[in-house]
Amino acid sequence: MSVTKPLPHDAAPLHVTGQARYVDDIPAPAETLHLAFGLSEAAAGTITALDVSEVRTSAGVVAVLTADDLEREADTSPSIHDEPLLATGEVHYAGQALFLVIADSHLNARKAARKATVEIAERTPILSIDDAIAADSHFEDGPRLYEKGDADAAIANARHAIDGTLEMGGQEHFYLEGQAAMALPQEGGDMVVMSSTQHPSEIQHKVAHALGMPMHGVRVECRRMGGGFGGKESQGNALAIACALGAQLTGRPCKMRYDRDDDMIITGKRHDFRIAYRAGFDDDGRVLGVEFTQYARCGWSQDLSLPVADRAMLHADNAYHLEHARILSHRLKTNTQSATAFRGFGGPQGMIGIERVMDHIAHELGRDPLEVRRVNYYAAPSKTGPGTGHRYGGEFSPGASRAGPIPDDIDPASRGAQAEMPPDAVAKPPAGVQTTPYGQPVEDFILHEMTDALVERAEYHARRKAVAEWNAANAVLKKGIALTPVKFGISFTLTHLNQAGALVHVYNDGSIHLNHGGTEMGQGLFQKVAQVAAARFGVPQEMVRITATDTGKVPNTSATAASSGSDLNGMAVKAACDTIRERMAEFLAEYHQAEPATVRFEDGKVFVGEHERSFAEAAKLAYEHRVSLSSTGFYKTPKLAWDRIRGEGRPFFYFAYGAAVTEVVIDTLTGEYRILRTDILHDAGASLNPAIDIGQVEGGYVQGAGWLTTEELVWNDKGRLTTHAPSTYKIPACGDRPDVFNVELWDDENREETIYRSKAVGEPPFMLGISAFLALSDAIASCGAGYPALDAPATAERVFLTVERVRHGV
Amino acid sequence: MDISFRLNGEAIELAGVSPTETLLDWLRERRRLTGTKEGCNEGDCGACTVMVSDAQGAKALNACILFLPQLHGKAVRTVEGISGPDGTLHPVQAAMIEHHGSQCGFCTPGFIVSMAVAHLNGETDFDTALAGNLCRCTGYAPIIRAAEAAAGEPVPEWLREDMAAVAPAPALPESSDELAALLERAPETVLVAGATDVGLWVTKQLRELAPVAFLHRCLDLQEVEESEAGLRVGAGVTLDRLMREMRGRHPSFAGLIRRYGSAQVRGAATIGGNIANGSPIGDGPPALIALGAVLHLRKGDVRRELPLEEFFLEYGKQDRAKGEFVEAVTIPAQADRLRCYKLSKRFDQDISAVCGCFNITVEDGVVTGARIAFGGMAGVPKRAAHVEAAIVGQPWTLQTVEAASGAWETDFTPLSDMRASARYRLEGARNLLTRYFHEDQGQATSVLEVSA
Repeated sequence: MSVTKPLPHDAAPLHVTGQARYVDDIPAPAETLHLAFGLSEAAAGTITALDVSEVRTSAGVVAVLTADDLEREADTSPSIHDEPLLATGEVHYAGQALFLVIADSHLNARKAARKATVEIAERTPILSIDDAIAADSHFEDGPRLYEKGDADAAIANARHAIDGTLEMGGQEHFYLEGQAAMALPQEGGDMVVMSSTQHPSEIQHKVAHALGMPMHGVRVECRRMGGGFGGKESQGNALAIACALGAQLTGRPCKMRYDRDDDMIITGKRHDFRIAYRAGFDDDGRVLGVEFTQYARCGWSQDLSLPVADRAMLHADNAYHLEHARILSHRLKTNTQSATAFRGFGGPQGMIGIERVMDHIAHELGRDPLEVRRVNYYAAPSKTGPGTGHRYGGEFSPGASRAGPIPDDIDPASRGAQAEMPPDAVAKPPAGVQTTPYGQPVEDFILHEMTDALVERAEYHARRKAVAEWNAANAVLKKGIALTPVKFGISFTLTHLNQAGALVHVYNDGSIHLNHGGTEMGQGLFQKVAQVAAARFGVPQEMVRITATDTGKVPNTSATAASSGSDLNGMAVKAACDTIRERMAEFLAEYHQAEPATVRFEDGKVFVGEHERSFAEAAKLAYEHRVSLSSTGFYKTPKLAWDRIRGEGRPFFYFAYGAAVTEVVIDTLTGEYRILRTDILHDAGASLNPAIDIGQVEGGYVQGAGWLTTEELVWNDKGRLTTHAPSTYKIPACGDRPDVFNVELWDDENREETIYRSKAVGEPPFMLGISAFLALSDAIASCGAGYPALDAPATAERVFLTVERVRHGV
Repeated sequence: MDISFRLNGEAIELAGVSPTETLLDWLRERRRLTGTKEGCNEGDCGACTVMVSDAQGAKALNACILFLPQLHGKAVRTVEGISGPDGTLHPVQAAMIEHHGSQCGFCTPGFIVSMAVAHLNGETDFDTALAGNLCRCTGYAPIIRAAEAAAGEPVPEWLREDMAAVAPAPALPESSDELAALLERAPETVLVAGATDVGLWVTKQLRELAPVAFLHRCLDLQEVEESEAGLRVGAGVTLDRLMREMRGRHPSFAGLIRRYGSAQVRGAATIGGNIANGSPIGDGPPALIALGAVLHLRKGDVRRELPLEEFFLEYGKQDRAKGEFVEAVTIPAQADRLRCYKLSKRFDQDISAVCGCFNITVEDGVVTGARIAFGGMAGVPKRAAHVEAAIVGQPWTLQTVEAASGAWETDFTPLSDMRASARYRLEGARNLLTRYFHEDQGQATSVLEVSA
């Protein structure tokens, strides 16, 4: 069986030899033109003069477009049409596109774009969270509220109470491949677009809208991205639209890629947040009532900010049962880049709020924060196993055999279509099952066993003692350690997005062409899904060819986002494969006068009774007998029903879990620090590919730790981003990974019926990085009596200043 | 400009080359070798890393800020040339597949080349060799596993061929005499040694540079000579070589240089360029000033020397006449008391918020001499003269260090910017003297030396 095998990434041999093609590597026709935007340097104001005459006469320039030159509205927003491609009179952030240069080379376009004379009557920009609160500048009609019980009364009646505020910065995606697109004009005005995008269907939709044609006139293709992380869910729209408009105007192919500085100045980033909290608790640290006020800095346009802010609210509980909780969310509109999707999609921001509360409570009570966390954990489900775990690079431990055929509640021969799940089919929580603040039962809580195992493997208690001893003996360097859990909800919270399609062809030589709606950004989705296809047909992996995501093959796809890629597309591919398999089985059974149920697809062969032939021979025979060897497949996630306004229902099919222990050392003279050791136990269900999943966990942790430590976005008082290149914006480098870095998968199948009982793994490990942040806080706490109340990102400077505050109260 | 070099084993001759065309653009746009990627176009991410060899050996360099003339007489290998002519994988390529070292794959070609260079040179400090290659997907662990797994494998034959550099026709200044004459004729010439700074004038500021002179053929500027007076280091000596020279003499300076840029940047950048560009945040000058270095300048046939700190007049202004160039710097021979401390957001490959270098001599418990120099604290690299005065002649105690604390504000009024606040710079600088004292007393002070 090909699933569960730790196969390398399907494109690894191409990656390491430089043959893997990204958008900018695709050979472009000779007459291809190159595009660049001219950008606003002002953050807010009205354009009073936009003189592009010098731009037009700059070397190599073919055309220059301003908003006035566009025949129809060109909008790049993924939500409410509030993002004109080119500024229409008003400027809303420094970096907004004012005009579009079309030139004969990338360099000439860039040079020309700097030659405009722009006059803007500037207004005082709304930049910070405080600015926005003061100006009452926000999206939606007002703050959202999710509430359970009576938090106010519970806090008032509690024996102990704390309050505080946590500020956390945003995060630049820093995908290594910048945004890029190329449009190739076709006959009759049709357009083919190559885009580095997580969401080809949206590119198709937005380009069609800008061109004024139905979606069938636009085909979008993406073989791979050089990293996405959410930054290519909506932020590629502008380039694709610009290229399509340029191609329509000139009749020539148009290509656009952002220079890195432009990319960082133009595109949205992770939302920075402020979270104010109040909590009441008992002597054991049990939270009796908690109240969060979340402020999300959304930037100038709505983009995906509402579901991001929703997801922050939905993760305000993380792993903890909160009987009385009040979660209020403000979505603030500011004159900055429009904050967008980024791995975790608000979840990390919400989660760190309650992790701070746990840490603060423990400090108040003088207890090990882990004790307080465990007191507050959701209850374990009644039936659960210990799991076995396995080490990186080792044999996949028992579990492969359990991942057998999926129960037949999904008809594999149905061509994908399934009955609608009526909204009232969502089961009421069984009695005794704890629910989240939004009413979803938590029935799969496995963190008790995972925490036990991690505590043991990481020698948490002995090391906590050793840290205390080190701190008693050392004046300058202090150590800290923290264990934090992750419980992350899996599904798009916009329920109808939880669907996927696939297209599978079996050729008459037995080779298999695989296509689905998911995109490959490095996460290994294509390989995992190809492993599913190979398993369904019982053929070796190399029989399956993975092909570029293409809106002409699978339509109406959802973004590859919300960690959903393999859950959704794996199931859709399975459905398509099973349709073909059933047809072949039915034909072969008839051919050999046997029962279809006795036909087996294994080891590259097809068995019917005593008859056996290779899969290729079987495919050829089926073809000769006029059996269709092509099928679509479709899947939609069951059990979902969610009312985001009331904050009630079941937004998530299931939860993915993880836990991490991080140990750090800080220099109290300068605030410099190192991550010394990290131990992780992460739940990927019955992993489709443990090697790829481990890679997601390792990479997610380092990216999450980067967000909370060295990655600092700085805007000046004019609203200009001053950290717009890797020289000033510091993602983790090689030497920043933990010196000791142990990652293991929790090996237990998903209790829900996902593809081979696996679990989504894209986003959840990101939040394991919170343990690094709270380990720093722990080290700082050893410097004095006060609670550190460390803000993020915890740069060396911020660690230093927090040490000073804890030591001297300043 | 006419130049010749080898590309993936093949001889290349180019006529009429634009002096500021980058190797990266040439590879991707003219040779269709698209394996080499543009990640940042400023030498900070390593996605464009190529192997460049000459008689001195092979280095990893960033193709995005390498101008074509800088390759004159050298051999280049891109990721396409790391595997064999018949497609045989290099050991690091095979290991990267086996150890799952690639995810999105965009940084991978750069990593492959850096790993192949380290492999060729027998370098096994992978954190250092790969500090200039950013990866956003993997968290680096599987890449390091791959590098370690490949370390024992033999170097493929096809990479050996490059070590014999091509002998090109003269096209650039071939000696400092030729350079001096050229600058007398055309004093406005922009000098390009490593292009780690000038490269960004072109790729980011989109400046047109003309005329340009490339210095890498001036071998006499790349000499390192030891005498009783000290070590005379030619202006064309690259930072990676200076690092090796400092290891035995002033290991803390070598440690500072290890954090200067990345392998790709150190392999290109020269100490002469680091001084001559006058940056207030360059890491070379504070250490050299603390060591009492003397700068050698030349204009035509006239040479002069001055203490390095006097070269830096004010922000953007140096004591250098038109047509004058930095020929060398001499580090006086001395017992090693130097400690160099660099504060930055990230340890590796980051520009200093503060770079403090301390050279304090103590005899019989009394401070007998102090040279303290800082980068990032003023418009120029600057000595902490009042702090020095406050501790010289005093007993070498924590009280002395604390008593000097008021002198810091007299010496420095740093600015706030995206790297650090003025407060952090000043208090951090002050605490670095405390760190120097504690370190001198044998107390643990470096987070880099602690383990779990």
